[in-house]
Amino acid sequence: MCALLVLAGCAARVFAGGVLRWGGDAEGGAPYVEADANDPTKVRGFDVEIAEMLAKAMGRTPQFVQAAFASLDQSVKRGDFDLALSGVEDSAAKRAELAVSVPYYEFREVLTVREADRERFGTLKDLAGHKVATLSGTTAWEILSAAQSEHHIEAVSYDDDMHPYSDLANGRVDAVLLDNVIADRSMRRQPGLFTQPGAVAVGHYVILMSKEQGALQKSVNAELRAAMADGRLETIFRKWKVWNDDQPAMHKRVLAGADSLLGEAQPDAAGATNATNAPPVWTLTIRYLPSLLRAAVITLVLSCVAMLLAVSVGFAIAIGRVYGGPALRSLLTVVVEVTRGTPVLLQLFVIYYGLAAVVRLPPFVAALVGLGFNYAAYESEIYRAALEAVPRGQLEAARTLGFTIWKTLRLIRGPQAFRYALAPMTNDFVALLKDSSLVSVLTVVELTKQTQIFATNLGTWAIPGALCAAMYLAMSWPLARLAGRLETKWKAPTA
Amino acid sequence: MSAKVLNVEGLRLSRGKREILRGVDVSVGASELVALMGLSGSGKTTVLRAIAGLDPFSAGRIEVDGLALNPNATLHSELHRKVGMVFQFHCLWEHLTAAENVWLAPVHVYGTAPTDARARARELLADLGVAHRESALPRELSGGEAQRVAIARALAADPKLLLMDEPTASLDPARRGELGETMRTLTAKGRSLLVTCHDDDFVRNFATRVLVLAEGQVVEEGDPRTVLTTSKHEATRRLLDVRSAGPS
Repeated sequence: MCALLVLAGCAARVFAGGVLRWGGDAEGGAPYVEADANDPTKVRGFDVEIAEMLAKAMGRTPQFVQAAFASLDQSVKRGDFDLALSGVEDSAAKRAELAVSVPYYEFREVLTVREADRERFGTLKDLAGHKVATLSGTTAWEILSAAQSEHHIEAVSYDDDMHPYSDLANGRVDAVLLDNVIADRSMRRQPGLFTQPGAVAVGHYVILMSKEQGALQKSVNAELRAAMADGRLETIFRKWKVWNDDQPAMHKRVLAGADSLLGEAQPDAAGATNATNAPPVWTLTIRYLPSLLRAAVITLVLSCVAMLLAVSVGFAIAIGRVYGGPALRSLLTVVVEVTRGTPVLLQLFVIYYGLAAVVRLPPFVAALVGLGFNYAAYESEIYRAALEAVPRGQLEAARTLGFTIWKTLRLIRGPQAFRYALAPMTNDFVALLKDSSLVSVLTVVELTKQTQIFATNLGTWAIPGALCAAMYLAMSWPLARLAGRLETKWKAPTA
Repeated sequence: MSAKVLNVEGLRLSRGKREILRGVDVSVGASELVALMGLSGSGKTTVLRAIAGLDPFSAGRIEVDGLALNPNATLHSELHRKVGMVFQFHCLWEHLTAAENVWLAPVHVYGTAPTDARARARELLADLGVAHRESALPRELSGGEAQRVAIARALAADPKLLLMDEPTASLDPARRGELGETMRTLTAKGRSLLVTCHDDDFVRNFATRVLVLAEGQVVEEGDPRTVLTTSKHEATRRLLDVRSAGPS
């Protein structure tokens, strides 16, 4: 029995040694990593082929692990996989936290605009007062953040790289700043767009490993250099149609011994990307604090207004369900059950992207409507139960004194129901405060999203996470206290 | 019949398939205190509820101070000026003080000026001996106090007829005597009372007339001392047996 266990243990170790686990985000799609349409468990793309090439050189079997783009660095650090490659950009912050390979591809940050605006919007400077979109947690986002104060543009962050371009086409934003690889792909998908030839900045794709993987880093670098020298890398990039004249020059510098090209060849980057040495954590924290506070205000305003909407709509639904006829009652029951029974994230997507063809709601309004109506379903159930909890005898007493149904509701049933509903309502408001982070999918940068951006740039979640938690607590704690105090006041007998 | 404040004839009322009242006749004259007795389930409370306009009835006629009730119990804008009701469990509004319970209807339904309504509420509470409890919430009141506040609330519209459902049920004997005196004062001031009751001593002492209800019909009627001592009907005898044998 013991021998068997030892044998199994050995086999597991041998097997683990034989596999090269690499992480990427298949949502990013071709030409980096995309799920094979015929077999979603398989992936294809140039990053897939590079991973396969590296595994082969090490005599290991490549194994793909799906991870969200924004958390690739954190996952590789934790040891979820050995390598992360999915069009990951080189940055000083990443080099401070992780082992990073030599660059294997040079990309340009390019500006894409609507065909009609190609003369008008040539550079970021031309876009003062306009919305410019990009993928969050990227160098492009850093450039746009800096350009907000420098060129007075409005930076809009997306969680994926497809919707910036569709929203550009339908007029929600006026330009997109992203890698030329993504821009080229999107231009093929979305007609009517034009990419400016000049580069706003230049960056490099690299492979991430944890700091403990020094040996792995050495063999990865050796193999990448070998593949640059013998043209295997070129073959892969040509196959995926991303080979261009920038690459041979970059290969030459890497082959000449450069491990990093950070801080070089930055044509007119708006000041954000030339950070060769990452500033100390506390400097960055202080730099990010105002934007975190701003995001907290957005969270608070969004939650308060959405709750107001939820309370009014929920109250109307409850009234309909308590006082309405059978037809209205069943209709409202269906509305409530459908709203409660489907994910709020799905509802937000449908309201913002799904309805875009019919009504193009601004992100903040879509977020309000989505959260407000979703919570209205929950509120309505609370109010219905609370209204029904007011003893019938009290309503009959009102009737014998000549009160109409509505006067009874306003003066007798409503005020008492409100007291019953207060505690569950407070709970819901605290839940809404936290659920409001979901609206980041609609490009609204609220507290959690801003924290994520901060964490990506800092390369750690510890400080941003703690700050973010403290801000949420600061918003929900006083509310819970207030509700608690009102409840005690109304419940405790004073005699 | 014009001297009668309340006139009920052939009242029939069903809940689902069950017929609760099967032709009830009740009349109450000015300044009269009529007691409605009967075993539990005999339909006493239902008679009061129909008169108060809370339950629809299927046949018969209810006329209060010249006003005929609509059988389907829709809210009548005049009825509350004719009939007041004191519920068995008082049904005070829990979120309002004793005084607020009394002046809420005058201010919001009858259009009385708030200062006048408040003064009148204080007066009513004082008449009933609970003026000192005017700022207490219902949950802070004793059973007897809550009942007096409920009476004051029902009197705020100054109705001719006051209906009281089991007013003695939650009171000890001493308090029952006080309640009886209060009721006498009310009738002396020209009000008429129709009261459901289980307590035959109370009825003997304070009622001017008694009706015995059994299985949805009035089976005996007359002077309380006569009816309750020389009862002819079996239902009345059973009622008295239950009371003397019962826990109290």
